Amino acid sequence: MAAQEVQPNETLASLKTESETLKTKLEEERAKLHDVELHQVAEKVEALGQFVMKTRRTLKGHGNKVLCMDWCKDKRRIVSSSQDGKVIVWDAFTTNKEHAVTMPCTWVMACAYAPSGCAVACGGLDNKCSVYPLSLDKNENLAAKKKSVAMHTNYLSACSFTNSDMQILTSSGDGTCALWDVESGQLLQSFHGHAADVLCLDLAPSETGNTFVSGGCDKKANVWDMRSGQCVQSFETHESDINSVRYYPSGDAFASGSDDATCRLYDLRADREVAIYSKESIIFGASSVDFSLSGRLLFGGYNDYTINVWDVLKGTRVSILFGHENRVSTLRVSPDGTAFCSGSWDHTLRIWA
Amino acid sequence: MARDMSDKDILKMELEQLQKEVKTTREPVSKTAKEMCEWVETKSAEDPLIKGVPEDKNPFKEKGGCIIT
Repeated sequence: MAAQEVQPNETLASLKTESETLKTKLEEERAKLHDVELHQVAEKVEALGQFVMKTRRTLKGHGNKVLCMDWCKDKRRIVSSSQDGKVIVWDAFTTNKEHAVTMPCTWVMACAYAPSGCAVACGGLDNKCSVYPLSLDKNENLAAKKKSVAMHTNYLSACSFTNSDMQILTSSGDGTCALWDVESGQLLQSFHGHAADVLCLDLAPSETGNTFVSGGCDKKANVWDMRSGQCVQSFETHESDINSVRYYPSGDAFASGSDDATCRLYDLRADREVAIYSKESIIFGASSVDFSLSGRLLFGGYNDYTINVWDVLKGTRVSILFGHENRVSTLRVSPDGTAFCSGSWDHTLRIWA
Repeated sequence: MARDMSDKDILKMELEQLQKEVKTTREPVSKTAKEMCEWVETKSAEDPLIKGVPEDKNPFKEKGGCIIT
């Protein structure tokens, strides 16, 4: 007679049941502290005035969909990447192109500016994240100095330098996030926990400590401890892929944008979702989100070509911005909060103020 | 890596994570929401996209223009 026969179906079912029980318990614990709604507490906050925000600059030059962009700390330069394989560095004040690199792959889905302003990182369908030092000599071939840093087993969806030019955090279609040393290309830490492609990440503001948040196709947003590699908090309230996550300026919360056409705010200290930014008329996914300097406004770029501006505390929409002629794929507020930039499948980037 | 894991392994990973999370310390929303509102109110005064920036100071506002007389 064979000794204990493990029946795979049974084990799977019992694991599922245990998981469901724990999820219910987690929700109960969270609900105990859900004693009031954010917008109720915000009733005492002064209402916002009328908003007049319009396109101040249009950056033209990409030959195909713009997929990602990032600001330089100098508040005027921007790096953007496109489906056509090009990565361009712009002076947003003058709209001049300062550098251009052609990547060996198409769909460059991620790009980031180094804190020093002296390099940019990018990657996409090549499954890598590469760093290009920016030369003062405009004629120099940037591609020659390229350094391959990260290697994933599927597409690179997002990348970000940490507080220095020395380390890069990446997220990938392979379901993981990873921290790399730029100089040696060594993997310093990997983050496992998502059950599907990871689409986005954002680092906590430096004052808050060493954590970052990631969002994925498994509808989860995970908060990670960079040193231990552990997931410390996890949120699963979205009904579809999470395309974008962004920390609240204080570091105590983060926002997310999803294919379920909503943006949501998660309070890290209360450990729960505290606001949903949605309207019945908004039926297309939100691709990218970012906060204004004070955290009072949340800008969301959507697949219906618009940008919706939300009052974070009261939960209402304060403005809707038109201009792009195709999906808005990426959006970031400038480092000093004076403007924000949006990139679109219409091949352009726009600066709004 | 997640793509290569079996359903059972993914569930185990989820289970371990849930067991950790149930033990997290949490604060009531009434407290955190109030602090969030206070934080925003102190910072709003300096938020250029809320209070606006005078045309001559903002590098992104249009320079020059036409005056029709």
